[in-house]
Order: sequence, then structure tokens, then C-alpha cells
Amino acid sequence: MATMTRRNVLAAAGVTTVAGTTALLGDDKVTKQRYLFQNIPPRELIRQRHLPNVELVTMDGQKVHFYDDLVKDKRVVIQFMYTRCKDVCPMVTHHLVEVQRILHDRVGHDIFFYSISLSPEEDRPEDLKRFAEEHGAGPGWLFLTGEPNDILLLRKSLGFTYDDPVEDADRNNHSGMLRIGDEPLMRWATCQGGANPKWIASVIQNEADAPFKGAVNGIRQADPAVHKD
Amino acid sequence: MANRLDVQRALANRLELVKAGLTRRDLIKMGLMTSAGVLIPKGGLTHAQTTSFGCFRGCDLGCSPQPAQVFVDPLPIPPQLPARTLSDPGLAPAPSICPNNAINPATGLPFEGRGQFNGALVPGSDCFQFFNQYPPQRYFVQRMRANTNFRITSDTRIPAQTIWGFNQGGSAASDVAVFPGPTIVTRYQQPWVVRRFNELPTQDQNGGFGVPEMSTHLHNFHSAPESDGGPCRWFFRGQYFDYYHAAQQAGFAFDFQPNGDVRESLSTLWYHDHRIEHTAENTYKGLVGFQFMFNQFDTGDEGTGFHLPSYPQFDIPLMLNDKLLDSTTGLICFDTFNFKGLIGDVQLVNGVIQPFLSVNKRRYRFRVLNAGPSRFYELFLTDPLSPGTVIPFWVIANDGNLLPTPLQVTSFRVGVAERYDIIIDFNQVKTLIGAHTTVRLENRLEQTDGQGPTCNIFPGGQGIYCLEFRIGSAVADGSVNPATHPQFYQLPSVITPRVTRNFVFDRSNGQWVINDRFAACTEMRFTVEQNTAENWNIINPRSDWQHPIHIHDEEHRILSRSNNGGHHSSLSGAVSSFSRGDCPFDGGGAGISTQFPGVPNVEVSRKDVTRLQQDETNLLFFRFRDFAGDYPMHCHNVVHEDHAMMLAFEVQPGVIDDNPNP
Repeated sequence: MATMTRRNVLAAAGVTTVAGTTALLGDDKVTKQRYLFQNIPPRELIRQRHLPNVELVTMDGQKVHFYDDLVKDKRVVIQFMYTRCKDVCPMVTHHLVEVQRILHDRVGHDIFFYSISLSPEEDRPEDLKRFAEEHGAGPGWLFLTGEPNDILLLRKSLGFTYDDPVEDADRNNHSGMLRIGDEPLMRWATCQGGANPKWIASVIQNEADAPFKGAVNGIRQADPAVHKD
Repeated sequence: MANRLDVQRALANRLELVKAGLTRRDLIKMGLMTSAGVLIPKGGLTHAQTTSFGCFRGCDLGCSPQPAQVFVDPLPIPPQLPARTLSDPGLAPAPSICPNNAINPATGLPFEGRGQFNGALVPGSDCFQFFNQYPPQRYFVQRMRANTNFRITSDTRIPAQTIWGFNQGGSAASDVAVFPGPTIVTRYQQPWVVRRFNELPTQDQNGGFGVPEMSTHLHNFHSAPESDGGPCRWFFRGQYFDYYHAAQQAGFAFDFQPNGDVRESLSTLWYHDHRIEHTAENTYKGLVGFQFMFNQFDTGDEGTGFHLPSYPQFDIPLMLNDKLLDSTTGLICFDTFNFKGLIGDVQLVNGVIQPFLSVNKRRYRFRVLNAGPSRFYELFLTDPLSPGTVIPFWVIANDGNLLPTPLQVTSFRVGVAERYDIIIDFNQVKTLIGAHTTVRLENRLEQTDGQGPTCNIFPGGQGIYCLEFRIGSAVADGSVNPATHPQFYQLPSVITPRVTRNFVFDRSNGQWVINDRFAACTEMRFTVEQNTAENWNIINPRSDWQHPIHIHDEEHRILSRSNNGGHHSSLSGAVSSFSRGDCPFDGGGAGISTQFPGVPNVEVSRKDVTRLQQDETNLLFFRFRDFAGDYPMHCHNVVHEDHAMMLAFEVQPGVIDDNPNP
């Protein structure tokens, strides 16, 4: 970094941070710049910060983009797993199979399940396909792998990381959380993959249906077209 | 994780900043340093790695736009919620013992949301307990609405915010929601009903966070489950929900009939949304308010009873919240993808950034509430022109419960949802600070992430100033002088427990657990036999997290605080590099109890939230008496709470459940 002066540090900060005072700077241009906020829709901010459009590969070998193809305009349940995982993954997968049974034909219709490999180096699409079949995962549930760096970015963006690098590197300790989202409605929740499947199913159903219940002064939540058949 | 080069670069950059002549104040204003003096991670300025001066995602600690000046806005005092008569149109049809579950054609749902559990109607459920014995005498209405023009600072360069809050009960659009919500003032032996309408916007109008299903918990009131506003009793847009409270002290149905044990009186309460999975974002959005409870001793009038400073002039609520403002939009932001907890860099008191309050030279009662979401505070009084001056004051109540007698302190530590009632005698303060005329309420406890505080207490003047007091002229003071050791309520006796249970608050595969299990509305973990006493050990095996644990229904006492003895990160013994040591609160100048091991004297009190510090076991004592039904226990770091650090239990007569590890 070039040698700083008081002035150029403040100016540099002004590009991206918005705090500051006219009195402090004596420079209106910089000050104005700092308080020039952008009117970015919140849905777009969530997309930029949490839903990267990385390329993934499905268990059928099909290339998909995370945001455009899997999440945009959809209700989703996202978890991370890998096929050789012995402890938490088989249990969570088993629970999700039961949840899928309870949700019946909604999965693949207006709710989509995604299981993303934490071991993209070793989990090939065919491995994921075998895993899905062995566990009885039904239609509407995609198992996904991809480039390790993309998966890492996705994991970080979705909040499935630990600050402690030792903890974070320990795959046996990976998060059993389920990320439940309604992307167009900006509604994001979690449930615990280890919880009772009936409870998980009720959380997913409530997340999906509660916004559409009730009305105030005749105003109901409009169903985005994407939620219709 | 930072490598050595990054650390060296950070140090070099910091020295550069010093050489460039930037003051600490400049750095704070630039968002390069928090007002706690912590250099925030960007551009190699700290050892955390980022790429430029830019804020990584725009909703991060250290990135919030700050107003040009602080201590320029007066402290807002929330309005008092007006009582209404039964003839008020908002109360038609009148509240009834069983819920009004007739279908409203306008919504397709029952008119009243009471009787729903986890979103589904359970016909015949949730009729009010004790409604006929203690019929309601007072009525209130509140409507939960969005307010799209809410200002957290008079600096107009920071935009107006959209908050969700409570209004004063009117149906007119002009009766806008405010944050904090209107203060509800009630008295013991005057049972009341609050009818709350959910008039929130649709889900897609949430601005990025918040869900419009509501359950309003009256925090720490001795309420039956149907009126408690627990996590599973949420209701929908267009519904209302009647919350009835018998307004009798604990014991009223058993050993202290018919009005309860006056020593169990509660005074400072708050109400807030408790919708399971979404409490953090909804409370952060503004759905919080105070409730004050008076009785024949704590009267609100300094001429009577215990002679505590008169409400409302000298009895003032202080709600602390920390927020993040999105650096791209200037709007309050909340990261719904965060599991750890949210620490803000914009400090609000009663909804405004760092306000001031003009006071007279006399005694005041302040009711300090940490309304979250995740920060712990240790609060001191600081003379900004002489920050080394030690300024004592008095704690009179913990979690809204008057102590047996006031305790003089120089600080107190308050976790999320805890309340401390304090008395500041500005006449004495003025004597201490001489010609100076202001003192500030300062948080000197360092906390840089949602896990919990570090062990660092900043020197005076280097913490986060929350509020400035401007001391004016002397006025008459008829309130009791705490230095005369007035006696309030004695503590109810601790009796032999029927059973002792253990609860380990931990993490398992990145998920919060209690005794290795997750929250679910549908699962009652154990049953307490009604009208018995129990001891609960709450255990934190980790030295890298701290949790404020809240238990509904009945209050508890902390019988002991003990360190687990060197476990660092889990009972299994794995060592975490992120361990932050054991740094318990030292008592704030009032010392540690000789009778209750490890318990600060200011916590020898009835409690409803206990800070479960790093690597610690707390032994709690309870009596469960008057109400039957289901209640939760949970972490009140609301982000942890939403990610399942919660359980439900039941209180029932004649059920024997001795499970020690439920």
C-alpha cells in the first residue's frame, strides 16, 4: 500500500464506506459520495451475498447453475453431505427421505431438495447417483457436485462454515443444518437435519404455506407465478 | 485465517494510519475502527484477510454508515399504551375464556389465533386458566404494523428505516407503529387483557428479513401457556390474539392464596416476538416494548410504598440494541444466513443512535434492558472529560426483581434479555465530576462476534458510549436514598428440590443442542410435577461460547456458579484454538456472594435469564406452582435460539418424571 496521508486515507475510505463529516474533511465531494446510497432491492442483495451462481453437476451429469437453475424463483431445502460420510450424513439423508415421503408430491413440484457434496474431489456424479438410489431419494431431489473452490464459496455463502479453521476442515464435524428458503419471498430459515422427520416436514410446510395464510385489509401475499403449477 | 504476512501488514498499516495523523475518532467515523477501539477487518488493517478498503458484503461489523454527530438527538421515551374500555370497537367481540375460533370470511382463518399450535388450529385448546376467578379489569389493544418512515438519527443523510413494531391500539393509519413499542403499565391484582392484531405487510414486503407471523411473549411474566406468547403459538396476518394475565404473584393458587407471595413481585418486563425459527429477525425488526408492573410497594409514586423515583418523570426505560446498517443502502440489515449471532456497530438506545437525556440533580430510576440480538454489555458511568473517574451508582433490581436492598456498584454486566434497574443520583455524580456537566453510559465489554464477549474490559472512555446524561439544575427529590439501605422484598426461601436435572448447552455438527437434542414444538422433553421444587444444572462445556439462558413460567435463583475446570471447547476434551478463556463477571464492585458460591451479589436475586458463561455450570433453583402446560427454555442470544437451542417442557399435576438428563 502506498504511503498514506490523512487525506488520501479518508478519500479511499470514502469510496466504499459512508461515514464521515463535512467538518472533518472540508470536502463536499467526498462527503456526498459517502452518503450516496443505492436503492438495491433486498432480494438482489441476498442474491449477491448468499446465492452465487456457481456451476454444479447433478448426479445425472447435467451442468446447472446454482442461482439461475436451482434457487431462483423456487422454494428449496439445501444440505451438505458426502458419500463416504459415516455419521451425520446417512442420518440426515435418512431423515430427508422420510420428510420427502411426508411432503409427498410437493417435492419436485413446489419444493426442491438439494444435497451438495462436501467432497467434490472424490464424489463423481455416478457416486452421488448410487448414494441417492441406495438411500431411496425420490424425484425432485438433486445430488450435486462441482469444482472444490465453487463448493467452498457456496458453503461459505450459505453460512455452513465455522470460524475455527480446524473445526471447519473436519468433515466429520460438518454442519447438519438444513437451509430452507423461499427465494422470491426473501424468507430463509433453518432446521436441524438430526431432528425428528415429522418436525422437519412441519417446518418446511409452514415455511412454504404460512406466508399465504391470512389477509390484512384484503391484501394477501400474492403467489409468485413460480409457485404455481 | 491470517498468515504471518497478513498480521505484519496489518500492523504496518495501523502504524501508517497513526503516522497519517488520523485520530481514533477519524477511524471510527470512517468505519475503520469500531467505537470500541477495535480495528475492523478490511484492507489488511487487521489480521483478518479481505481485499480492499471495501466492506466484504455490505452488512458487516465496521461497515455501517454512522451519523455525523452523536449525542445530538434526545432520548425518545416510548408512549404509554392507553387503556381502553370494553366498548372500544377494537375489543368487539369481547375477550372470552375460550378463543374466538369462528372463521373470518375475510381471511379464511379463525378470527382469533389463540388455539393454534405451530400454525394449526387445535379445537378446544388454550382456554384461559383462572379467567373466571380473576376476571379482567383492564383492557389494551395493540396493532403490529410496518412503519416505513422511522428515523434512528436526525442526520438525514442516513435514510428513514422500515421497522415493524406495535402501535397504540388505534385502527387509524395515523396510529403508527413505534420502536420500542408503547410501554404497557399494569398493576398487580388488576388482571388485564391485551388484544394484539397482526396487521403486518405480506412476506414479500419484508425488506430482506422478517416473517409476518407473530407470537408476542411477555418476557418473565408469570403467565399461563396460552397467554405466554411462546415460540409455537404464532398467528397470522389478519388475526388477533387475546393475551390474558391473572396479575397475581407466584404461589396464588397454592401456598399464597388468593393473591400470591408479594416477594415474587415482578416489575420490569418486556414484550417481544417469539416466533420459532424467526425470533431474531423479528425482534431485530422492532417488535419489542417495555411493560412495567406496579404494586402496593413499588408504586410508581415516590411519596408512597418503597419511595422509588416516580414514574414516568424519574423512572425511565433504556432499551439497548446494536444494529448493522447496510453500507450500500444505508438501511438496517440482518443476515439471515448467520448462525453465530449478530454484533452491530450502531448503538441504539430506545430506537435512536447514541442519544442524550437532560436530567436534574436528583435520583432517577433507569430500567436497562439488553434487547439484543447477541451482544453482552458491561455498563459503567463515564465522565468523558475525565474517563478515569470512578462513578458509583446503585443496582436495585435484577431481571425486574427488586433486590432485598440496593447494592452500590461501578458496573454491571447484562446479557441479552436481562434487565437491571439502577438508581443514579445525579446530585452525587455532579459532586464527583466537579465543573463538568455530562456523564455517559458506557459499555466497556469487548465483543467482536456473536459467540460471546472476550475477556477484555476497555479502560474508561475507550468503550462504546450508549447515552449521554446532561446534568441540569437541582429539583425536589422525594425518593428513597439507596445509601440508607432501604429494605425491599426478602428472597423467598430455597427448599429441598424434588429432583435435580442436568442440561448441557452445546453444539453438534454446527447445530445448537440441549442434551444433544434439537428444538421441536411437538416434543415435550420432560414433565415437572406441579407444586414442586426442582434444581437444574445448566452446563456450558465450551470455552468459546456464552449463552444467556431464559426459562419461562417461573423465576429461578442461581445457587452456584462453578467453573468446569479447564475443558476447552467440549466435554469430550477437544481443544479449540478459538477458546477465549474463562472470564466471568467480577461483581461490578458489589462483590461475590459468600452464601452462594461464585454468584455475584447483584445476581443473588430472582432471575429469568442466567448468563451461562464460558466453561461453566450454574445450579438453578425453581418452584413450579400455579399454571399447567408447556413452556420453553432457550438461549436468548436470539440467533442461537432460532437455530434450535431450545427445548419445551410441561408442568402437570401428579405426573412423576425423574429423568435427570431430559
